[in-house]
Amino acid sequence: MAFTDLVFYVFAGIAVFAGIRVISSNNPVHSALYLVLAFFTTAAIWLLLEAEFLAITLVLVYVGAVMVLFLFVVMMLDINLVPLREGFIRYLPVGIAVAGIIVIEMVMVLTARYGDTPAPVPKPADYSNTEELGGVLYTVYVYPFELAAVILLVAIIAAITLTLRRREGTKHQDPAKQVMVKRADRVRLVKMPAEPKK
Amino acid sequence: MVGLSHYLILSAILFCLSVAGIFLNRKNVIILLMSIELMLLAVNTNFVAFSHYLGDTAGQIFVFFILTVAAAEAAIGLAILVVLFRNRSTINVEDLDAMKG
Repeated sequence: MAFTDLVFYVFAGIAVFAGIRVISSNNPVHSALYLVLAFFTTAAIWLLLEAEFLAITLVLVYVGAVMVLFLFVVMMLDINLVPLREGFIRYLPVGIAVAGIIVIEMVMVLTARYGDTPAPVPKPADYSNTEELGGVLYTVYVYPFELAAVILLVAIIAAITLTLRRREGTKHQDPAKQVMVKRADRVRLVKMPAEPKK
Repeated sequence: MVGLSHYLILSAILFCLSVAGIFLNRKNVIILLMSIELMLLAVNTNFVAFSHYLGDTAGQIFVFFILTVAAAEAAIGLAILVVLFRNRSTINVEDLDAMKG
C-alpha cells in the first residue's frame, strides 16, 4: 500500500467520524467544531487530488469565515436545547435505514461504473494549480465570475438589511444634517469692549 | 491502490450522513444548515475527484462557484435565523407555524 493510500484512508476515516459527530452531538457548538474538522480533513483529501488552490480556499473561506460565522450565531443565540433533541431517537432507525440504503446503492453504482478509471499522469513538479485555474477563470469563465461577485454583493446587502434594526435610546449620526450645518448654527460672534488697563 | 471510486464512495458516505442529519435533527435549524454545508462539501469532493481523474479543470472552476454560492447561502440563512430568534425567541421548527400550512 502506497503512502498516499494510507493518508487517504486516515483522512477519510476522520472525515466520516467528524460527519457522524456533526449530526449526532448534543451541543450545536460541538457540531460546528466537528464540521470544522470535516472541512479540514476534506481539504487534505483535495490536496491528494492535486487541487491545491481549492483546498487552501476551503480552509480560508470555510473554516476561516463561514464556520466562524456559524459559531458566532450559535453562541449568540440563547437556545433551550432540550426540545430541539426531541424525536432524535424516534427517527434514528429510519434515518440510518435511508442513509444506509443510499450509501449501498451509490457504492454499487459507482464501483461498477468508475472502478477501473486509470490514474492520471502525475503533474510535473513546477506545475501550478492556481495559475491554471486563474488562466481559465479570467478568460473562459469571466462572465460567471462576475455573476458570482454580484451574488456575494446581494448576500452582503441581504444579510445586513435583515439584521439591521433601530433601537430606541441609542445615539446616531445623521451625515446629511452634519453636512448641511452652517457656521451660524454653531458659532456666535460677540462684540465687546476691551477690558480697561488697571 | 486508491482510485476514483474510493473518492466517490467517501463523498457518497458524507452525503448520506448529511441526509440522515436532516432526518434526525429536524427541529434544530442550525444543525439543518450545517448538514446542508456538509452535503455541499461532499458534492464538491465529487467534482474535484472527477476533475483530477478526467484531467479537466472545469470541475474545479465549478467547485469555486459552489463555494461562493454556499458562503452566500450560509450568510443569508444565519441572518434569517438571527431575525427569527429575535422575533420568536425560538429556533424550533415545530414552533414556526404562523402560516398554518
